[in-house]
Amino acid sequence: MGSALILRLIAQRLALGVLLLFAVSVLIFAGTQILPGDVAQSILGQAATPQALENLRRELGLNDPAYIRYFRWLGGVLTGDFGTALSNRRDIAEALGGRLWNTLFLAGCAAVISVPLAILLGLLAVRYRNGIIDKAISGFALASTSLPEFFIGYLLILFFAVELQWFPASSTVFDTMSFGARLQAIALPAITLTLVVLAHMMRMTRAAILNVMQSAYIETAELKGLSAFDIIRRHAMPNAVAPIVNVVMLNLAYLIVGVVVVEVIFVYPGMGQYLVDHVSKRDVPVVQAVGLIFAAVYIGLNMIADIVAILANPRLRHPK
Amino acid sequence: MAEQTKANPHGPATGTLLDIRNLRIEATVYPPGEDPKNVVIVDDVSLTVERGKVLGLIGESGAGKSTIGLSSMGYGRGGVRITGGEVILNGRDILRDERGLRKLRGKEVCYVAQSAAAAFNPAHKLMRQVVEATLEHGVSSREEAEKRAVDLFRQLSLPDPENIGDRYPHQVSGGQLQRVMTAMALCSKPDLIVFDEPTTALDVTTQIDVLAAIKKAIRDTGVAALYITHDLAVVAQVSDDIMVLRHGKTVEWGDTRQIIEKPKQDYTKALVSVHAIDHEEHAPTPVPLLTVDNVTASYGDGRVKVLRDVSVDIHPGQTLAVVGESGSGKSTLARAITGLLPPENGSITFDGRTLANRLADRPKEDLRQLQMIYQMADVAMNPRQTVGTIIGRPLEFYFGMRGAERNARVAELLDKIEMGKGFADRYPAELSGGQKQRVCIARALAAKPKLIICDEVTSALDPLVANGILKLLLELQAEEDVAYLFITHDLATVRAIADSIAVMYRGELVRYGPKSKVLTPPFDAYTDLLLSSVPEMEVGWLEKAISNRRMEAAGN
Repeated sequence: MGSALILRLIAQRLALGVLLLFAVSVLIFAGTQILPGDVAQSILGQAATPQALENLRRELGLNDPAYIRYFRWLGGVLTGDFGTALSNRRDIAEALGGRLWNTLFLAGCAAVISVPLAILLGLLAVRYRNGIIDKAISGFALASTSLPEFFIGYLLILFFAVELQWFPASSTVFDTMSFGARLQAIALPAITLTLVVLAHMMRMTRAAILNVMQSAYIETAELKGLSAFDIIRRHAMPNAVAPIVNVVMLNLAYLIVGVVVVEVIFVYPGMGQYLVDHVSKRDVPVVQAVGLIFAAVYIGLNMIADIVAILANPRLRHPK
Repeated sequence: MAEQTKANPHGPATGTLLDIRNLRIEATVYPPGEDPKNVVIVDDVSLTVERGKVLGLIGESGAGKSTIGLSSMGYGRGGVRITGGEVILNGRDILRDERGLRKLRGKEVCYVAQSAAAAFNPAHKLMRQVVEATLEHGVSSREEAEKRAVDLFRQLSLPDPENIGDRYPHQVSGGQLQRVMTAMALCSKPDLIVFDEPTTALDVTTQIDVLAAIKKAIRDTGVAALYITHDLAVVAQVSDDIMVLRHGKTVEWGDTRQIIEKPKQDYTKALVSVHAIDHEEHAPTPVPLLTVDNVTASYGDGRVKVLRDVSVDIHPGQTLAVVGESGSGKSTLARAITGLLPPENGSITFDGRTLANRLADRPKEDLRQLQMIYQMADVAMNPRQTVGTIIGRPLEFYFGMRGAERNARVAELLDKIEMGKGFADRYPAELSGGQKQRVCIARALAAKPKLIICDEVTSALDPLVANGILKLLLELQAEEDVAYLFITHDLATVRAIADSIAVMYRGELVRYGPKSKVLTPPFDAYTDLLLSSVPEMEVGWLEKAISNRRMEAAGN
């Protein structure tokens, strides 16, 4: 009975996510079409003669109407074919695969550190709210967020790579690397990212739990003689899950999509660098492919947040 | 004596359990635009509770009764500070031992809140919450605690006692939840339970069941209790002694019979005689002002029928009281009349013309002649507008009054509701609950309506304040010749104000007619239940009422 309702709600969210993704794909495609010039011009560059342009356009199918080109592109994407990069004539899907994996690995490591840390700090801040511990945690988290990530990155390089020489300054990774070596290579960018996203998640955790702490059932728990930490853990936390997951998902999305600067600083071969390289070369198919993947990440993670919020609601899980 | 109790706190069930001496409680308030100031909430209150006895604490809101109740657990709600006196429980002053408070809460003293619906955590099953304190304090094993909980559920006449613990709070009705909370308080075998208005939020027909269940549980377990309420008739049923409080001070303290039958202080006398409004019933006029004819309405495109074939008349300058428990459709009737919920069938005739079903289709004149007053006065007003703006708005909207003319009329209306014109510049937050409701009445009157729908307008107010509002409404009716549709669940209010009465039950009209007829036997089963459930200020009423009942409340 309850599961049918839940399944319907989740199915709705999934359908909405897919629909949204299609809408985004249209936007991305339209956006790249509006740019002046076309792919043929980009490829030929200085060597373009009207005849050569015309030949290439025919070869690439650029003379077809936009919607046909869109569906051709979309059909390719759905079968895993993102086309070939203009700049180096390599298969985009292939080049993306390794890059995406690198980005996900870095984001994953940063998330594994930052999410539990942020929630723990949030809980501590609530437990000792308005006291010195709360203020110290908030102060540290806000300061680390306020500093631009490139500044934090270079600071970390100065201390940990140059002075102490614990970690390498540039995070070169390659396929034959061992897991441990890989971890060491990405330690500094992962810490940088952690410092960047920590405060937002921590503050939101704190706010979400404090909001719940106003409830009458928290007073009931206090009057049962529970300890402050048990009250937060058993009675406040389960009711604050939805907003916390929401902000965690937003930050995870940022870790994947927003790492461009950090990747450039640490010369890390991820999606962000790949995107930047090809934007500067006006490599439209690559920009489209990366844009679509980033959109999918955002939509997917937010969808997970929505679904967790549905599952965390006892009224939906156990209807009357 | 004290030494002895300390050595054996759960020993003989006699002697003093709780001894509060010269209690003083203060709080810091932060009025907008002013410096923070200290207010005294409880001033020099002393009381004692014997083991196994029940002391009722009674007073209006702001009398400090909840604050005193919670002080027995060393708890100050919302930054309230206990600044003086002693709270001696089981022979030791609990205020001297901050760290010991956690051991005491949930073990020696337990708490039952007014709204169990809010006091249970929505994320956990009931059983987990019921046994939590018992396990936390190591009173017994989980298995034993759950067994005791099921026994208590049965004692409190909860349906399906074996399995109700597996449900979540939102799956259980309000009256049942209140009993589960009582079971929760009893589960850890405390010496004292603080009942903080445990039946106030319930329907009168449900209240009587919960009251009986609480009384039985107190008797069977021998627990002592502080029973906090603003309803003297309720507290008279369960208490051995009663303390009357006002503005944080003790007014009178004596045994229940003395307080009810021979009150000494004027304030207590006023509380005992509240609702003694004599309202002479008017005979119906030949032409009704409003006729509701066979109205049927539903929510969700006809899926949930909330009104079935309801027909009532309201006569000019008279009051029709609509009574029933929550979910009976009384507010829905008001929504149908105002057009907020267009009826599916039937028609509504007002002042000789048929009203459009939908609010959007009604001309301004119809809107003007039919005004509303709500239960929650504070949320029915814009907190950022002054009283003058609030009352002046209908004057501008319906009559196009401006400037001095408008201000003069606002002053006149303020005078009518017995508030000075100095109030025009105040904001709602600066008014008391009764004053807020008066402003809402003035706003409704400003439109010069022929009918005012009053939806539970006195339910959120203290009895004496509510009484003042009812008197005001009756006076205004005589002066302005306005008719009221008065929605309420409180039968004492009905007696005080109605000319005719409509009793509703599950969306249907079960009894309707002039007040004298409706309140005269023979009754149908539901009206009988409703009438017999209203607590009377008489010791022993509860037992009599329970044994004479003919039908069970819908909440069961």
